[in-house]
Amino acid sequence: MRERRRAARRFGLNGGGAYHGQRKDQEVRLAIASGKGGTGKTSVAVNLAASIDGPVRLLDCDVEEPNCHIFLRPEVDRKEQVQVPVPRVGLERCNACGECGQVCQFHAIVSLKTKPLVFPDLCHGCGGCARFCPTGAIEEIPHEVGVVEIGRRGAVELVQGTLRVGHPTAVPVVRAVKRHARDDATNIVDCPPGTSCPMIAAIRDSDYVILVTEPTPFGLHDLTLAVDTVRQIGLPFGVLLNRAGANDGLVLRYCQHEDVRVLMRIADDRRIAEAYSRGVMAVAAIPGLRDGFRRLYSTIARGLAAGQRSAARGAWNANI
Amino acid sequence: MKIAISSTGPTLDAPVDPRFGRSVSFLVIDMADGSFVAMDNGGQHSPQGAGIQAAEALARIGVAAVITGHCGPKAFEVLTAAGIQLFVGAEGTVAGALERFRSGKWKASNGADVNGHWA
Repeated sequence: MRERRRAARRFGLNGGGAYHGQRKDQEVRLAIASGKGGTGKTSVAVNLAASIDGPVRLLDCDVEEPNCHIFLRPEVDRKEQVQVPVPRVGLERCNACGECGQVCQFHAIVSLKTKPLVFPDLCHGCGGCARFCPTGAIEEIPHEVGVVEIGRRGAVELVQGTLRVGHPTAVPVVRAVKRHARDDATNIVDCPPGTSCPMIAAIRDSDYVILVTEPTPFGLHDLTLAVDTVRQIGLPFGVLLNRAGANDGLVLRYCQHEDVRVLMRIADDRRIAEAYSRGVMAVAAIPGLRDGFRRLYSTIARGLAAGQRSAARGAWNANI
Repeated sequence: MKIAISSTGPTLDAPVDPRFGRSVSFLVIDMADGSFVAMDNGGQHSPQGAGIQAAEALARIGVAAVITGHCGPKAFEVLTAAGIQLFVGAEGTVAGALERFRSGKWKASNGADVNGHWA
């Protein structure tokens, strides 16, 4: 069963949700996302990972600026290249029919009834051009787009993706990081900000999404975008209000109006900011916070055990 | 012969759009009789590959020359593969650029004049 899942995940071809009943209780996948950057996704992901019991795998999918490692200081013991298969056209077999260019949605291969042009940086590696080439003129060769590093600190295993500078699409690296999700651990995904492809790729097939926001008009604005996005995908989610204080009403009113659950508030505390400025986790500066993160986790885990696991999970594997 | 000029609007008195891939539209002009049609640039808002798409679209309708402000390397590669001549540095109105082209003194580019995503 597990083999099949792994294979399905790898190839993004999950058929239905047949395996949901087979899941181990401890396998939970939480995505920490936000609309706005700088709300504290990484802080929440790292502090949560450091607070809960049992094996934790922290998946840093913010591959344009991965920085969980700054808090965690892991010892890196493995490194893998992330490659996308890109087309190479064997001109002796190409009959310039133009089929490859018609198939490609990303204009990574262009044929104007001429010898095809290939733009590897735009390629998403779907293999469509090779599949549909009627003369078998296209082979796929690896194109390096980034790197995944795996390390450990205590009970927390960190998997971190880094996008190659100059490569325009983060999604293949996000996916490569997520392939390291473990069946026998709590998986915590630190997502990139925003609501476009990399963020979607990071939150998809999660059991639950924690949206981190701050009590400012900017935080609220981008939270509304993130809420709309997560709703459209159909994942269960809740809000964590970071740097909470006198202006919380703004976000809280929105959440009440939209019937969105506020999972936790972390007070705007100078000690947390000082720790952050030195790259130190909040739970190291204020040990009492650990209980807050543990409560956050058990609240979500209880909800999931009660049957809120996302039915959308399998479907989304197939769609992106 | 048909030529395309990147344009911010659908008429000859519209200002030239200085961007090729992210041009609002193209005026496709038939040099034989001066008639023209405005064509929306479908790839204008693509995150990547806008210039490639624009060049592909213009190649499909069989233009022989493209006139614009600036053009990046990928678009240039596609235009070249399609045998389309490129004229950069256009300013002012579409009509003005057309006049300049008609004068025959405009030299075709032999490369991109900007990097991708320049504007």
